[in-house]
Amino acid sequence: MPDGEKVQTKAKVGDNLLDVIIENSVDVDGFGACEGTLACSTCHLIFKQTDFEQLPSPPTDEELDMLDLAFDLHETSRLGCQVIVTKEMEGWEIKVPAGVSDAREPS
Amino acid sequence: MKISSKKLWSLSSWTKIHHFIQCRKIVSSRGPSVAIVGSGPAGFYTAQHLLKGHSSLTVDIYEKLPVPFGLVRFGVAPDHPEVKNCINTFTQTAHNERCCFLGNVEVGKDLTVSDLTQAYTAVVLCYGASNDRQLGIPGEMLPNVLSARSFVGWYNGLPENKDLTVNLSCETAVVLGHGNVALDVARILLTPIDILKKTDITEHSLEMLSKSKVKKVLLVGRRGPLQAAFTIKELREMITLPGCRTVIYPEDVQGLDVVVKDLPRPRRRLTELLYTTAVQPPEKHRVAWANATREWILQFLRSPIAIKASTDAQCIESVHFVGDVQEKQIAVATDHTEDVSCGLVLRSIGYTGIPIDDFVPFDTKRGVIQNSGGRVIGCKGLYCSGWISQGPVFVILGAMNDGFATGVRPVSFSDWEKINQAEIQLGKKNDKPREKITSVEEMLHIAAS
Repeated sequence: MPDGEKVQTKAKVGDNLLDVIIENSVDVDGFGACEGTLACSTCHLIFKQTDFEQLPSPPTDEELDMLDLAFDLHETSRLGCQVIVTKEMEGWEIKVPAGVSDAREPS
Repeated sequence: MKISSKKLWSLSSWTKIHHFIQCRKIVSSRGPSVAIVGSGPAGFYTAQHLLKGHSSLTVDIYEKLPVPFGLVRFGVAPDHPEVKNCINTFTQTAHNERCCFLGNVEVGKDLTVSDLTQAYTAVVLCYGASNDRQLGIPGEMLPNVLSARSFVGWYNGLPENKDLTVNLSCETAVVLGHGNVALDVARILLTPIDILKKTDITEHSLEMLSKSKVKKVLLVGRRGPLQAAFTIKELREMITLPGCRTVIYPEDVQGLDVVVKDLPRPRRRLTELLYTTAVQPPEKHRVAWANATREWILQFLRSPIAIKASTDAQCIESVHFVGDVQEKQIAVATDHTEDVSCGLVLRSIGYTGIPIDDFVPFDTKRGVIQNSGGRVIGCKGLYCSGWISQGPVFVILGAMNDGFATGVRPVSFSDWEKINQAEIQLGKKNDKPREKITSVEEMLHIAAS
């Protein structure tokens, strides 16, 4: 979490990581403003390099377009709403960026 | 009732404000109270943050219109409904028992900022930038030279723009500016009507757009492709717009393939998209564009210097441009000029804020309130982060006489929900998510029903 705290949570295989955060009431300010419709970057998460490489599907252009507006963008950044939980993810540590922000102006 | 002499000075302000507050679910609070002016995203996110951070704090959100959500309702394009999903979170915030929405109350007119600062622990001004920049060139006042902002307000049902005179009987429109608003208005002009009619675009605009003769939209900016201010999602949307060809001239992007690798990722990906679209667009785009009946052209390094009228001065005929060269971050004029024939000009070169009242120090040059890190300079309690330590607030709330007669009837959040339901019902007839009500009188009528 941005304050350095670690939060452990359950995750259902087949859910996306935005669902996981909402369903388990993990408290992240402003997370998931567009409700998983690829219209904001508030569910931005940062993966460890090795974990990132193991993610089942690479980001689409549309996901990268939104990520480009995210605060604290990393090469291993993804949008939580686009990452589907698999069994292999058990025990992964995923970082919430220092500020969950949405660089986008309403347009 | 005993009131300490220290508090007497604020009675009149608080009486005025108490007149408005009927909707808060808890009447008194020993915690700090905050007034937020403006109910757009900034206002609602501020409210959300404050309510979450302090368990006894109360928030009153003032809005000059009877309906909430500011630019989310009136700015976000009708074909971007997913961007408006944040309304669900805002609605949750409004339902918080410590939050009170006060629509139809205009701060600066019905109440002053000074009334608010006297009655609340802190006042946060979130009323946005309501003025648009002007070009300052001859012909700017001619008919059909419109600010993109008012055009957006017109198709999004903003009451003040509902009667805007828009003429779409010309074939070519020029949009001045290279931001996302410029792309929005171009896209609305060029999107097939069958797509638009499934959105919450206002019916009067839909009818005009269905008869539109506009086939070509030029997006013209002063600066070069590396300075474009729009974002990649909006550009990609234009490139894939059904029935519409994208034209970017290869000579305008010459050399970008060389500089691109050293750019930060967002600018790099945007520049790569501009470059490939101009030089080697994918096969699927070329096939789609070959049959397109409409087109948009992206042009750089041109400054408008005059808008020319037809001989009878009844409509516009062309925009006169002077060429620019990009020097560092500034566009510098050259001696190259050209005339572009068109019948509609939309100006989209940025917004500025306006002062709300004399109490608030204002930087007219930059169009912003003078502040330091969000704290209004010289005004205690205004945009103030230190408010939480300011002692007990006005527990006199429930006991005041209502001595303030005014014609203003505030609209509560549950009043808004009546308007919301009425709009959704109206929309059903045309298979739209909603039909926005654009008359303030009608909004108030439904609120009072």
